[in-house]
Amino acid sequence: MRLDLGAIAKAGTSKANQTGGWRNFKPIFHQKKCNSCDLCRIYCPEGCVTMIEKKKYTVDYAYCKGCGICAEECSSSDIEMVVEEK
Amino acid sequence: MTTTTLAAPKEQSCQTLLASGHTACTGCGEALAAKLVLGAAGPNIIVTDATGCLEVFTTRFPQSSWEVPFIHSLFENSAAVASGVEVALKALGRQNEAKVIAQGGDGGTADIGLQALSGMLERGHDILYVCYDNEAYMNTGVQRSGLTPFDCMTTTSPCGELSWGNKHNKKDMPSIAAAHGIPYVATASVAFPKDIENKVKKALSITGPKYMQIHSPCPLGWRSNPQLTIKVAKLAVQTGLYPVFEMENGKVTKVRKITTPKTPVEEYLKIQGRFAHLFKSPKGKEEIQKIQEIADRNIEKYGLA
Amino acid sequence: MSTTFIEGSIAVAKTVAVSRPHVISAYPITPQTHIVEHLSELVANGELKSEFVNVESEHSAASVVLGSSATGARTYTATTSQGFLLMIEVLFNIAGMRLPVVMTCVNRAVSAPINIWNDQQDSMTARDSGWIQLYAEDNQEASDMHLQAFKIAENKDIMLPVMVCMDGFVLTHSFDPVELISQEQVDKFLPPFKPEYYLTPKNPLTFGTLVGPDGYMETRYFIEKTMHASLQVISDVAADFHNQFGRFQGGLIDTYKVEDASLVLVAMGSIIGTIKDIVDELRAKGQKVGVLKVRSYRPFPKDEIYKALNHVKEIAVLEKAVSLGYGGILVNEIKSVFYGKPKTPKINGFILGLGGRDITVDTIHQTIKETVKASSEEKFIGLNEALIGGK
Ligand SMILES: Cc1ncc(C[n+]2csc(CCOP(=O)(O)OP(=O)(O)O)c2C)c(N)n1
Ligand code: SF4
Ligand code: SF4
Ligand SMILES: [Mg+2]
Repeated sequence: MRLDLGAIAKAGTSKANQTGGWRNFKPIFHQKKCNSCDLCRIYCPEGCVTMIEKKKYTVDYAYCKGCGICAEECSSSDIEMVVEEK
Repeated sequence: MTTTTLAAPKEQSCQTLLASGHTACTGCGEALAAKLVLGAAGPNIIVTDATGCLEVFTTRFPQSSWEVPFIHSLFENSAAVASGVEVALKALGRQNEAKVIAQGGDGGTADIGLQALSGMLERGHDILYVCYDNEAYMNTGVQRSGLTPFDCMTTTSPCGELSWGNKHNKKDMPSIAAAHGIPYVATASVAFPKDIENKVKKALSITGPKYMQIHSPCPLGWRSNPQLTIKVAKLAVQTGLYPVFEMENGKVTKVRKITTPKTPVEEYLKIQGRFAHLFKSPKGKEEIQKIQEIADRNIEKYGLA
Repeated sequence: MSTTFIEGSIAVAKTVAVSRPHVISAYPITPQTHIVEHLSELVANGELKSEFVNVESEHSAASVVLGSSATGARTYTATTSQGFLLMIEVLFNIAGMRLPVVMTCVNRAVSAPINIWNDQQDSMTARDSGWIQLYAEDNQEASDMHLQAFKIAENKDIMLPVMVCMDGFVLTHSFDPVELISQEQVDKFLPPFKPEYYLTPKNPLTFGTLVGPDGYMETRYFIEKTMHASLQVISDVAADFHNQFGRFQGGLIDTYKVEDASLVLVAMGSIIGTIKDIVDELRAKGQKVGVLKVRSYRPFPKDEIYKALNHVKEIAVLEKAVSLGYGGILVNEIKSVFYGKPKTPKINGFILGLGGRDITVDTIHQTIKETVKASSEEKFIGLNEALIGGK
């Protein structure tokens, strides 16, 4: 990062900014009916859903803003939005 | 509508070239669209971007969400900056190092940046231009743009005694781009990620200027539920209001068919606050009918049904 | 090196060509056209291996070189007047991004009313943009200055764009003997451009970030600091040039018969030549006059000017631009040089030559007479009394 040379920033450094704090609702991945359609991962605007293995997904709550897209689009209704406990 | 998976599990470790921690609003379609474009293009690219939401929510110094080389200059010059990048790679003998992707919002593309884009298309640069179409100037607080749809309420096209919102029809940018005689033009929607992936890959395999316009819902500006971003985007396509197609060498070569019977535009309009005024009085019905006619014309023109 | 009787624009184009720019982008506007036409000819003939991008506006010309420069290319553009004004948004951007673009600002009046003739209003309007601005006295200097400009701009401690300002028509369209430098010699003077940071997937950096109240001010501070550092670099590069090519047209400033002068005329650009002739004439009559040429206007060499002029009793500043609602621009900067100093000379300012108005020997004589006679004042000189209804 070079503020002195035109404010150049390093790649991918926004990861330092944990947007999880924005969340009002939290997606719970039950992982019971998951059929690995992958839509949660593909559609997440934060890129914070990861597939660990087939039918096993994890959310990085450090970044998840709780938009609910994953829950809405999940093809097996296996994701539930619950109120975030703060 | 079914969508197939985007990436093989192997790619999980670096699953996105748009890093988390960006500050887009919750459920932002533009953030999703950019993530999908980068994912399809891969790391060997150089991207430019116009001023707008995408640039603002990804590049707050000292942080950046871009895992690929990125440059933002101004609102109206993304295409010209990309032209400079492309010729520099050539002049330096580095043309195999990266493909060039220029990006802009609908305002940065169809309005203030149209001239620079036209120059880029006309000069034949080997660049893919991607317009993230959220149908208004979102970054400055939802003012109308040339791509704002008819009767849509924005902060500069409010509804009132004498107004139903935006008086003008959405500018036909894909045709304008195609009229430059470029090899490839495509529209797409965040609702269909596999389609975006295919189109980006196809575009990048073609030498010369390419134009792609991706419908990207903005929950803030559209006053839609963030959770419904994909649903809203799908309805735009299903109603015929956002035709998804490909044009090769000036001719429409492929369209995404809508499921029949067609979905009435009300289904799309009623879940967005930007059209709420149309549902408040009987006269609004006539306006909705006009919007239905726009959709029907699209269905007819592109053979969507 | 060979001396050729050549048009100013062509001399500049040829010098730019031997500077080996990777990318040139420009949009035509009188009187800049001959420069870029010649460059595109050189490219078309295969004599110059550059990408020449014909854009649809000056805004895009500047944006193209911005993008190219950020990709690691040596870049050049040229414009004037309206084109310059259309570029201004990008010019600030180029400087803010610390890209060492070199451009020629052919100096021309700005509209309205539209006027294609010379004054220096265009470049003066961008004096706060973060570009180094150098003003050429004659075509030899204009030509040599471009070579120096690349070297200054690309200095790793500077990394700021440089604008070479040359008077439209007066210089661009006049034929003069100019010594052109050979490719071989240029290659010895100007090393290849190797920026520390550039756009490449090998090191994917983000250029053009958004900087908030927590850091924006520092970006300005860094440019200001670099501008100060560039004072030394501009002098050094002029000295290097002198060593290698035997020509010296001044570093930050140039002086002529100033050492023992009691009255000095201060100006920038081609008018310096005319003033020198008058100085010779008056010296012959025993009048102790001299001339100071401001060669580097940004950064503004306050110390050098003070050192050169602190013994002088009277100063007349002649300038071809005006800050409407304030008056002369250069004159007030010259005045500021003496602020807080023990002795302040009488400083008079004259706005002249706007929109190509002839600057005659009489006009310049008049500025001297008025300076000697009047108490400190600033005024337009060379107005047509018939058009303004008397005084
Ligand atoms: C020359 C100029 N005019 C106006 C602006 C203010 N401005 C910044 S972003 C923007 C709107 C961006 O709209 P769009 O291109 O649609 O992108 P979005 O934010 O919607 O993604 C405007 C008007 C500017 N930065 N520069
Ligand atoms: S709620 Fe939204 S941000 Fe969180 S994981 Fe689901 S899609 Fe991603
Ligand atoms: S205003 Fe709209 S486009 Fe901008 S970040 Fe928010 S949701 Fe995305
Ligand atoms: Mg927009």
